[in-house]
Amino acid sequence: MRVIEAAKVTEAVRALAMEKAYKLSGDVLRAFDEGEKKEKSETGKEIFRQIKENAEIAAQGEVPYCQDCGMAVIFAEIGKDLRVDGNLEAAIQEGVRRGYTEGYLRKSVLGDPLRRKNTGDNTPAVIHYSIGEGDKLKLTFGAKGGGSENMSRLAMLKPSDGEEGVKNFVVETVSIGGANACPPLVLGVGIGGNFEKVAEIAKKAALRSPDKRNPDPYYAAMEEELKARCNKLGIGPMGLGGVVTVLAVNIEVFPCHLVALPVAVNVNCHADRHGEIVL
Amino acid sequence: MAEYKIQTPLTAEVVKKLKIGDKVLLSGVIYGARDAAHKRILDGLAKGEKVPFDVEGSVIYYVGPSPARPGKVIGAAGPTTAYRMDAYAPKMMELGMRGMIAKGKRNDAVKDAMKKHFVAYFGATGGAGALINKCIKKAEVVAYEDLGPEALRRMEVSDFPLVVVGDCYGGDLYAEGRKQWEGKS
Repeated sequence: MRVIEAAKVTEAVRALAMEKAYKLSGDVLRAFDEGEKKEKSETGKEIFRQIKENAEIAAQGEVPYCQDCGMAVIFAEIGKDLRVDGNLEAAIQEGVRRGYTEGYLRKSVLGDPLRRKNTGDNTPAVIHYSIGEGDKLKLTFGAKGGGSENMSRLAMLKPSDGEEGVKNFVVETVSIGGANACPPLVLGVGIGGNFEKVAEIAKKAALRSPDKRNPDPYYAAMEEELKARCNKLGIGPMGLGGVVTVLAVNIEVFPCHLVALPVAVNVNCHADRHGEIVL
Repeated sequence: MAEYKIQTPLTAEVVKKLKIGDKVLLSGVIYGARDAAHKRILDGLAKGEKVPFDVEGSVIYYVGPSPARPGKVIGAAGPTTAYRMDAYAPKMMELGMRGMIAKGKRNDAVKDAMKKHFVAYFGATGGAGALINKCIKKAEVVAYEDLGPEALRRMEVSDFPLVVVGDCYGGDLYAEGRKQWEGKS
């Protein structure tokens, strides 16, 4: 049994939180370049130039890419042969607390949804745990903006709605809320599971790299088709009109009940802040 | 599509010139307020309190900046989504507000009030928090400090790059822009 100290987890999360707020990853920046080339609207091209310049300024480390530094979401995959010396949950939360405080990041988390008092340190983060093989701890970190999260949707479709029903729901989600979610977007689409699982896998999909397609060719083709359909909506960068509304559609699937066809669309804005580390 | 350099406070005459798609470089004093600050302003009015800034001709920026580093004016300061302020905007226009800076679609009540009171809605690039930071020369909290990022702020901006996304003739760039590009690839 391998053992790692909880303090190492805290440090890794702190570093991810601080880095991601300032530095978009190469896959996202490449998607911007590609999008700028494809965009035909002049206003849309100008938006791409602005977000690329914004990324350059933010990468200098003085000002975050976006003032909404997000609510932190962490997927922790724990190898069965690993033991964390200390409290893993507390270690992750402490990492978020330190990262958002020391990084001069905006604290956007309220302690209660209706009484709405800010916790002051951006905790709690939302953490999803899973147990797998090996003796490592894999942390996937996302700083998820609230504006795009608000445009996300979930539906319990009927099996008879089928593939077309799922696809229509995804396109409809972008049609309704895309303009408000800071396009160009990355869509995380969950299909299957049950009520809570479908939202979780949609989030996982949203945090996946925009240049990674689903390993199943059937779903990889659906990702491409959905991207093309969403881009025909005309919404464009920042919703001001254009042919590039989404940069990528990422699909994750899970087995489901025979009466069910759950689908969830987790909308991510162009501030696609995701990263992972293996400890 | 015209390009304008505009100074705050705004007048009805200036707003009447603006049409959707026009590019604007805005300079002068603007006020940063969003959900919680709007609620405080209007709750205060209902109790007979005064609005804590000069609303006449004012431009309100829907923004909740990230904290300023030591010695810096402000942190990242891009626009937030406007529809959450739709419930408050018509009343603010009635009080004299002449411009809004944010991003995203508005409802019909807001559009109608913009026609009635000659108000412009300017779009800033959402998520471009670091870029917009450069245009903000001064920032101070003027009220509701306890709201943190949502406090009411007075800011001095210089050549803030904006696009007119809603004009006082009912024009809506979100609808028009999409219509122009729908079905194309």
